[in-house]
Amino acid sequence: MYRSNVLVCGGTGCTSSNSLQIAEKLKEEIKKQGLEKEVNVITTGCFGLCALGPIMVVYPEGSFYSMVKIEDIPEIVEEHLLKGRIVTRLLYQETVEEDTIKSLNKTAFYAKQKRVALRNCGVIDPEKIDDYIARDGYAALGKVLTEMTPEEVIQTILDSGLRGRGGAGFPTGLKWKFAAANDADQKYVCCNADEGDPGAFMDRSVLEGDPHSLIEAMAIAGYAIGASQGRVYVRAEYPIAVKRLQIAIDQAREYGLLGEDIFGTGFNFDMELRLGAGAFVCGEETALMTSIEGKRGEPRPRPPFPAVKGLYQKPTILNNVETYANIAQIILKGADWFASMGTEKSKGTKVFALGGKINHTGLVEIPMGTTLREIVFEIGGGIPNGKKFKAAQTGGPSGGCIPVEHLDVPIDYDNLLAIGSMMGSGGLIVMDEDNCMVDVAKFFLEFTVDESCGKCTPCRIGTKRLLEMLEKITKGQGTMEMLDEMEELCEFIKANSLCGLGQTAPNPVLSTLRYFKDEYIAHIRDKKCPAGVCKDLLEYTIDREKCAGCGLCSRKCPTQAISVTDYTAPGKRRPALEIDPKKCIKCGACMATCKFKAIYKA
Amino acid sequence: MQKKISSIPFSGTPEQEAKLKEVIAKYQDDPGAVMPVLQEAQEIYGYLPIEVQTMVAEGLGVPLEEVYGVSTFYSQFALSPKGKYNISVCLGTACYVKGSGDILNKLSELLGIEAEECTPDGKFSLTACRCIGACGLAPVLTVNDEVYGRLTVADVPGILEKYKDA
Repeated sequence: MYRSNVLVCGGTGCTSSNSLQIAEKLKEEIKKQGLEKEVNVITTGCFGLCALGPIMVVYPEGSFYSMVKIEDIPEIVEEHLLKGRIVTRLLYQETVEEDTIKSLNKTAFYAKQKRVALRNCGVIDPEKIDDYIARDGYAALGKVLTEMTPEEVIQTILDSGLRGRGGAGFPTGLKWKFAAANDADQKYVCCNADEGDPGAFMDRSVLEGDPHSLIEAMAIAGYAIGASQGRVYVRAEYPIAVKRLQIAIDQAREYGLLGEDIFGTGFNFDMELRLGAGAFVCGEETALMTSIEGKRGEPRPRPPFPAVKGLYQKPTILNNVETYANIAQIILKGADWFASMGTEKSKGTKVFALGGKINHTGLVEIPMGTTLREIVFEIGGGIPNGKKFKAAQTGGPSGGCIPVEHLDVPIDYDNLLAIGSMMGSGGLIVMDEDNCMVDVAKFFLEFTVDESCGKCTPCRIGTKRLLEMLEKITKGQGTMEMLDEMEELCEFIKANSLCGLGQTAPNPVLSTLRYFKDEYIAHIRDKKCPAGVCKDLLEYTIDREKCAGCGLCSRKCPTQAISVTDYTAPGKRRPALEIDPKKCIKCGACMATCKFKAIYKA
Repeated sequence: MQKKISSIPFSGTPEQEAKLKEVIAKYQDDPGAVMPVLQEAQEIYGYLPIEVQTMVAEGLGVPLEEVYGVSTFYSQFALSPKGKYNISVCLGTACYVKGSGDILNKLSELLGIEAEECTPDGKFSLTACRCIGACGLAPVLTVNDEVYGRLTVADVPGILEKYKDA
């Protein structure tokens, strides 16, 4: 028995700011103080509050140390772990109340969250199967194999109302039912862990923090549909997730929880990893399966649906990581418990990755039906630097931008679609007044043009033409007719593309056209970018009253666009300078060097 | 996605070839072998010149056209060698809205190369990558395995300086 447990976050965010070295240093200092039999150091998965990383929590006190530095470790070990005096100065200040510390669960970031899919993230050591088992791990698999028929399992999932967390929100139980109905000598259970949506890292956190929950759920799915083989398609860009998942698979095999005759019931199930190689289109189900087969990951027309002909032409189900992470809990706690959370048509919770212009960047899990305002301003802690909220982008390149007037819409699959966005996998990027919405639309179109596989014409050529129009607008060469042409082209691409990538690619353009048309018009008619982002529409000017005439900017200017005027401001010794807009290439070098803040862009 | 194809002559060693043969043998009976073999081949050679792709095709008994189709489809596969230090700037949404585009431009200006290119001395290469998932640290760049987060354009020269003489 240990007197204290120290949990250090080993998720990608914290690892990037050296949390693993912090864990090493902790062990070293603990040994130095002779506490190695009393204090245990555990590397866990993501806590969610990535903005404050690296994160470290000491139990039983529950002291939450944030932005820990290696230099702080000797002090924490000596003061807190040896002498029992919490180093209040280094705690997350929101947990500090006069002389006591508040539980993390009562802070604004955690209070409104409800952790189902993330229940073990930041709690257990993901590389130890015993930690998972101690938290009811594999109990659901045991229950399913010994007490339930495959039909009962499918019925439970159907009754829970669980819908796919990867984007489109198809009912999971229905998918399983279709695959179960098809007879075949071999069926497959696949997992989409190829989180390609830029700005989303929900699935990665589950893989890194609780890999066994995925393995258990896939085995349950295997039993339900009659499959003995599983494949996880995971991004090669997630090295920590790949490593921990492989460790988890090996441990499950060793414990007899994967392999032959699981729990002595005669049920066989085993699984393998397949590494993706960076293609966004492989998030589409048919493309993903083609890629597992080692080929170019191009989608194919449906039907036949994967439940009939999927991987290697065999009946297959494909769910994403977060969907699977809910399964074991549904089996153990019942469909009614799960269905009691959420809205009428969207049950349970949803994990979002908060990013962009928001104070608490990180991972949050909230019941469906929570409003965007609660997520951004309560859980997320609002916008930094006193800036104004402009939009929240959900659904990545397939989604749209939600403006301020829809902040109070309860978030679920159907409401998001109605306001021109979509749930997507759960990336939620907040933008403030300094972001240009035309530029954001262009950014997403650049992405889809790059990632379009090229198989169907509407997507390959349509998105390219759309991007060209956006480029013209951001350069001040747009026309008002273009806005209508773009809208028409968007509808055409949506209606005629082969797969989900093309069908949703125009959404960022459509939603910004719908809510931020004034910004498009400012670019076209006034040749101005209101947010000051689009370079070609900017003009740099020197405020001659502030200019001291030092000449630093003119020496930095690569095109000799800055020259001396004959005006000297009162109180200055030398004449002011001015920029010739014809020669200026808008590199911004002058503004960066000016010590008097006399140069501004507009 | 368009790929830059290197014109630098191929200089593989017999050791590398032996390693590649081992990998090919390991996947011989796997029906989906092309991708994992190319992934491991890239680990061995650092990139996938046509000579390596030919060896993979012959070793696995699949047409070169199919191997080439795969290597040009996925962004992970590089057909040009990387520099000693590969600087990868995240252009995921979270980093982009926090100004990673400006950071990429600054690097490109200081190094005198565009994204997906390598400096003539082979020291630095520059890539624009999709989300590495460290969105909490946005904007982020990596130099080989080293991660730099919460960046501003002003931090860029200092980072390059660290590797100039290394």
